[in-house]
Amino acid sequence: MSILHTVNKSTYERDTLEACVRLAAKGGSVLLIEDGVYSAMSGGNKSNVIENAKDLSFYVLGPDIKARGLSEDRLIDGVKVVDYKGFVELSVSNDSVSAWL
Amino acid sequence: MSDAKKFMYINRKAPYGTIYAWESLEVVLIGAAFDQEVSLAFVDDGVYQLMKGQDTTDVGIKNFSPTYAALGDYDVNKIYVEKESLEARGLTLEDLQHLVWEDEDEDWAEKDSIRVVTSAELAEIFEQQDITLSF
Repeated sequence: MSILHTVNKSTYERDTLEACVRLAAKGGSVLLIEDGVYSAMSGGNKSNVIENAKDLSFYVLGPDIKARGLSEDRLIDGVKVVDYKGFVELSVSNDSVSAWL
Repeated sequence: MSDAKKFMYINRKAPYGTIYAWESLEVVLIGAAFDQEVSLAFVDDGVYQLMKGQDTTDVGIKNFSPTYAALGDYDVNKIYVEKESLEARGLTLEDLQHLVWEDEDEDWAEKDSIRVVTSAELAEIFEQQDITLSF
């Protein structure tokens, strides 16, 4: 059983990502979308939420980081950028999708 | 202008996840048309509203960030950004749009609109306002 978790809230405003990371099983995938992409930027005082979650794979939706003026160069190491096609591929390659709001 | 009131708009939300940022901008522009003394504060995720280089082509949402550059033309030139909020997010003034206004008392000299202030300084600025609106 593998789950794709999506998170659409900024970790600086809500604790959604922290809850997701705490409750996601080892080997799970987390895709940050909408305001969730802010959490993937390095150099912030919440960057450690992702940096410390070594057992999970993190992805961000490219169009959402571009919309917000964020640079791919400043993503936390190991976070992968996907486009909408990649979002679909992650959805079908996992057994289910869990949307954290 | 002695009856002009001091309006403070506090912006705390990121730009596209909710409608607050855009709605605030609309209200600010309306308020400015009534010759009030308008100040804006960007704190918490609100600082993301001013990020430069926003490009919403691929998400199908209107990019309203260029409108911030027009605020100077409406005499909205007191734009406060909380230092602590920038730092918490790993951002600096360089990551934000360069917003300016022209001072008619000084031969239209171009001046910066954004002032990075500490929480304590912002608290004092809030104390001086007649009306505070929070978005």
